[in-house]
Amino acid sequence: MSRPTPLRDVHESLGATLTDFAGWLMPLRYGSESAEHNAVRQAAGLFDLSHMGEIFVTGPQAAEALDYALVGHLSALTRGRARYTMIVDERGGVLDDLIVYRLGDEEFMVVANASNYEKVASELTDRARAYDAVVDDRSEQYALIAVQGPRAQEILASLTDADLPALKYYAGTPGLVDGRRALIARTGYTGEDGFELFVAGQDAVPLWHALTKAGEPYGLLPAGLSSRDTLRLEAGMPLYGNELGSHLTPFDAGLGRVVKFDKPGDFVGRSALEAVKDTPPRRRLVGLVARGRRVPRHGYPVTKDGAVVGEVTSGAPSQTLGRPIAMAYVDSGADEGLAVDIRGSHEPMDLVELPFYRRNK
Amino acid sequence: MSDIPDELSYTKEHEWVAGLDDGITATVGITAFAAEALGDVVYVQLPEAGSTVEAGDSVGEVESTKSVSEIYAPVGGEVVEVNQAVVDDPSLVNNDPYGEGWMFRVRVEGDPEDLLSAEEYTALTSGDS
Repeated sequence: MSRPTPLRDVHESLGATLTDFAGWLMPLRYGSESAEHNAVRQAAGLFDLSHMGEIFVTGPQAAEALDYALVGHLSALTRGRARYTMIVDERGGVLDDLIVYRLGDEEFMVVANASNYEKVASELTDRARAYDAVVDDRSEQYALIAVQGPRAQEILASLTDADLPALKYYAGTPGLVDGRRALIARTGYTGEDGFELFVAGQDAVPLWHALTKAGEPYGLLPAGLSSRDTLRLEAGMPLYGNELGSHLTPFDAGLGRVVKFDKPGDFVGRSALEAVKDTPPRRRLVGLVARGRRVPRHGYPVTKDGAVVGEVTSGAPSQTLGRPIAMAYVDSGADEGLAVDIRGSHEPMDLVELPFYRRNK
Repeated sequence: MSDIPDELSYTKEHEWVAGLDDGITATVGITAFAAEALGDVVYVQLPEAGSTVEAGDSVGEVESTKSVSEIYAPVGGEVVEVNQAVVDDPSLVNNDPYGEGWMFRVRVEGDPEDLLSAEEYTALTSGDS
């Protein structure tokens, strides 16, 4: 049985199509996923992301413990700021991609993917053992609601006294939203401006209703995982299990910049990653845009002159481009004359650099 | 509960068939239940007009944002007409699955597949809707 989030009844009353995702019962869509996608690009969308994991690392050596446990330089992170980073194994394989928020000098919150957070919590616990730091998985206690889209700030501003215009991208601040304590973070996974609100599980339902009401004049729609996936794909953002996995290093995924070799001390995976950092990967992660209308999907082979030169990791029809798009690992040097084998027929594709979509700032 | 018109026949694969009674041509589409399960339809591939299909054959496909599924011919015979409008605007499948979202017409030859009545199709789909 899939686990429900605190918002399950709300989703059902909205007529959502529910689906199992990483062991959670999540809304796939409420009505038309295309309308939800477009609402986020043009107005705003409301997402239940309570399946994500929240792992707290606290104590006098919390920063040093994270410098050792993760590839990023978290001790250099300023209080109130957030960083995209990864946890890798000894071979440099990606165990998860993470966002780490520094809440205080000795307090960090690590946000992990639903499919991985138990593994991440257990790895962090092991890796922090030599440090004066405590690792506490509080995923069960937290709900996460995201408001994403160009109107997100206006919608949220009507419910909070927090200084939202002063809150930078990848920053977070504690505040009251509709009278409920929240960590308000300017982060997201849609390619739009927006906020993620970490709140106590019991506050999720009233907060959802307050946001729905506040968002009504702005065209806010509840949005499910289907639109979340097409939004992040257009924005060229990797999804663990598709573009990232333990068989790939951050360098394989074109994300070597998250590995901070110049930070002090050793970290898990350092020697393995130093050995590969200057070796060009055999395949690189690229964007494909279909010339036709059939959709390349996860696992489909990328071909050139009939030979396999890569594999699609994610694909979907793009509302914004009006064509099917995909992310794929493709052999370095194979840039032209590409096709994707869509159930036996080789459909021509144009290679583009990621992302497919970048918002106007 | 999705719409299941009484006057149509259905397949287990969620196609509907109309016009079997006149004994000449049958019109085929996919049901509202199927369209809802797929989500927004973005691509429809249909058999070619003039081709001959056999009952039970996979003759086309319907793609949505998240998935793809095949269209099976509920009846055999010559495809006499395909709905170009639904190829050009696949959202017709979601908006009007039994009307403007129809897919193709077949001059029926031989016996149809085991078709379901509206009542039987309702029973089939109420279990997992």
